[in-house]
Amino acid sequence: MREITIGIGGAAGDGLDKSGDTLAKTAGRLGLYVYAYNSYQSVIRGGHIWLRVRVAEEKVFSHGDGLNVLIALNQDSIERHAPEVNSGGAVIYNSDKFKLDPVLLRDNVLPVPLPMVTLTKPFGKVQPVMQNTVALGALMFLAGLDFDTNVGVLEDTFKHKGQAVIDQNAGIARAGYDYARDTFVPLGYEWNFTRTRRPFVTGNELIALGAVAAGCKFYSAYPMTPASSILHWMASHGERCGVVVKQCEDELAVANMAIGAGHAGVRAMCATSGGGFALMTEAIGMAGMIEAPVVIVEVQRGGPSTGVPTKTEQADLNQVFGASQGDYPRAIIAPTDTTDCFYSAVEALNLAEKYQLPVTIISDLLVSEHPETIEPDALTNDVPIDRGEIVSDWPKSNGTYKRYAFTKSGVSPRALPGTEGTLYVAATDDHDEEGILISDVFTTSAVRRKVQEKRMRKLDGLLRDTQAPVLEGPPNADVTLIGWGSTKGVIHEAIVQLASEGIRANQLQIKYLVPFHSNEITQILRNCKKTICIEANYTGQFARHLRAETGITVDHHILKYDCEPFEPHQILEEVKAILEGRERSRDVTMEEARDMAYHYIRSRLSETLRPGRIEQRGGNGFDEAVWDVEIVSRESGDKRGELLIGVETGSTYSWQPVA
Amino acid sequence: MATVIELPITSYEGIIDSDWCPGCGDFGVLKALKVAAGKLGIKPKDLIVVSGIGCSSNLPGFIHTYGVHSLHGRAVAVAEGIKLANHDLNVVITGGDGDGYGIGIGHFIHAMRRNIDITYIVMNNQIYGLTTGQASPTTMKDMRTKSTPRGNVEMPINPIALALVSGATYVARGFSGVPEHMASLIAGGISHHGFSLIDVFSPCVTYNKLNTYPWFKERVYKLEDEASYDSSNAEVAVQRSFEWGDRIPIGLFYQDEQPTYEDSEPAFKEGPLVHQKLGLDREIFEGLMQEFI
Repeated sequence: MREITIGIGGAAGDGLDKSGDTLAKTAGRLGLYVYAYNSYQSVIRGGHIWLRVRVAEEKVFSHGDGLNVLIALNQDSIERHAPEVNSGGAVIYNSDKFKLDPVLLRDNVLPVPLPMVTLTKPFGKVQPVMQNTVALGALMFLAGLDFDTNVGVLEDTFKHKGQAVIDQNAGIARAGYDYARDTFVPLGYEWNFTRTRRPFVTGNELIALGAVAAGCKFYSAYPMTPASSILHWMASHGERCGVVVKQCEDELAVANMAIGAGHAGVRAMCATSGGGFALMTEAIGMAGMIEAPVVIVEVQRGGPSTGVPTKTEQADLNQVFGASQGDYPRAIIAPTDTTDCFYSAVEALNLAEKYQLPVTIISDLLVSEHPETIEPDALTNDVPIDRGEIVSDWPKSNGTYKRYAFTKSGVSPRALPGTEGTLYVAATDDHDEEGILISDVFTTSAVRRKVQEKRMRKLDGLLRDTQAPVLEGPPNADVTLIGWGSTKGVIHEAIVQLASEGIRANQLQIKYLVPFHSNEITQILRNCKKTICIEANYTGQFARHLRAETGITVDHHILKYDCEPFEPHQILEEVKAILEGRERSRDVTMEEARDMAYHYIRSRLSETLRPGRIEQRGGNGFDEAVWDVEIVSRESGDKRGELLIGVETGSTYSWQPVA
Repeated sequence: MATVIELPITSYEGIIDSDWCPGCGDFGVLKALKVAAGKLGIKPKDLIVVSGIGCSSNLPGFIHTYGVHSLHGRAVAVAEGIKLANHDLNVVITGGDGDGYGIGIGHFIHAMRRNIDITYIVMNNQIYGLTTGQASPTTMKDMRTKSTPRGNVEMPINPIALALVSGATYVARGFSGVPEHMASLIAGGISHHGFSLIDVFSPCVTYNKLNTYPWFKERVYKLEDEASYDSSNAEVAVQRSFEWGDRIPIGLFYQDEQPTYEDSEPAFKEGPLVHQKLGLDREIFEGLMQEFI
């Protein structure tokens, strides 16, 4: 399979998102597949952005392992990422502003200095972000992509700004392309362009679109990364789609309003991240108690507390399980990929109404925010809409309407407020069939027992209505990799890599956390030789749930909590280490030592410095070995001091400037 | 205007008798709400009463309409969701001072600045009754309660002033000791196009031995009795809202016609959300997909 990964590094405000979008759409229109991931580097002041765009002839499921071309929009990006570029690749940069020290490059990596001032001169006064357009033009030539398609994307992007802006952008891209053609040898990519146009979307966009397609009419939210892009999509499309989009004063209001709307008969959804979800939990229990349909989206980020707002983790599972006091029926769905976000939203709204309960979609920054191409026919407006039993007419001859009638399914036909003859109060105090309280003066343990059983019976139906997971890959594999939610793609790619090294692995990916298909999962796992649970948190929250529900303890864990998504090779290495019985080190690696040094430099020293040579040394009196990081001048390369970082603890023990 | 066919208050007779203490001010509010709804000819099916938690929040159980007995402090938010889903419904919130001015004060303020067409009746007894007598946000300074044995050190909230500066377009105060007056204030609030607050002195005969019926009877006077009082003047209303002592005003402090939240919501052009078609037409869906390519 032919593929290329392009990394674009720069600061916030460098127009990096737009460039990534232009590149991805160009590749998408050529019929190539794209998977992008935007990793915010919190170590660099001003918010450094590192966007990786993986382009391939076949579907790819993660941002991959390698880096083939670096487009560096600032000096920092050159220093940090140029050493990562694989042999045969290139580093594209503005040579008027930045320097590329060839020492940084691996063998056979092509430096592509672009004299931006000269190249953009014919176009008059240009914005600094236009260096990106030049770079993309050069990339089109170097990576064998189609220049005219790139121009087509630029035309559509700038259509609303008029022909002059389109011409300027197209001309500048052309200047980059021509300069590269006249100066460099292309990198040797030959593509088969099918020109099948594929949508380039994020999970959050598809959660929103799926919800609207399934009849969501009310959306409430309080801004919170990484859920805000659902709000933005809903706000900008609400009028066209007939959706009331309500930004509220806090997440308490968000959840309670959505529940009010759901109770009144409108399909309602709200979204937040972990901190906001914490505020919603009491309301979610209310939805369980008054049997109001509502969908809550919890897009996880690094936690706890404010945590790591722009990075990803899967550590809110315990919170979502623990949401609200008491026992109540609900569903918890973890979308496993971008397209699945669309269908999870559809299904969540259907289950919420059919069973009259809260449904939580637990996604994470990775699946919600990374964009990728999906198949053109992957989505449809013609989705099932199942509203469950709604009473629209209740003649007197029917007798008293019982809102919470004790039925065998546990689902009581629902009358919406405004219906004649079906008056009732939906109470958060526990209540009998007609909604009359059994909490204070009319307390009755017998009714309480039966009403609790009625509500909880809904879980049986939910279990039947949702699909049990299946084992993907060879049945008699040496090892079974278990994941949940967003890790489906990266685990799949790791399995392909394992296969190429002769290791047979298969995959069990869990989407439904509640209801949990315990019987089917137990059946599957009993026949597996070795199980490894892979999840992005510290304590193995899902593995614990699995054990609670099935009694099965996984053999090993692969856990990641640096808040960057898994890369296939990381899973590969850990699986190999487990199978070979090697101890997996938690020590600070050399790359991490460099990362820590950058953090130290940026936060405490000066932008004029960077890490140089890094060596490990023995104990230094602090009872652990240290990384000795030389800190050098960016300009001259002269040594300015030494930073000692503990190999085991990662503590920055000392900074000693050169006297 | 269509002719109003008044309904007898028996139309709203609940299945359950109220469990309030004999003499509780909330009885007066329950009756006044029924009288007001009857006067306006609102059918029980078209009225939904939403409450939070507290003695007064038990009210929806005692009236024959739709109701939601929601969470402590969240009645306003739930009610807003209901109103936005089906703005044909008359949405009335009933609750207490702890529920509305304590734990739920955030929603209260924001609902007012939204001017959403909801009527909020706060049975203000200046005490936590259901939890047996702790200080509330409107408990007077120095008053001794179970939680303030040395006297309350905090200043009480002034709900009328707060409503006025938060953008409420109908601000009134009633007293359970003057039930017909209160009923007319509630009817005025329900008819009002926008957010209406009716703060009601609803004495707690069990736990508040200071702010009793006689205490209020000695002090309250009706703003309506002052020919010169202009309820369209916000500044005057704010000034009058601070009157608290030998004389305490009740009645309509302020009313103003402003567009409601619902008026500005484009999705309501087709009528209430609840009656609208679900899902997307193929053409719109394809247009949305095109944006991704």
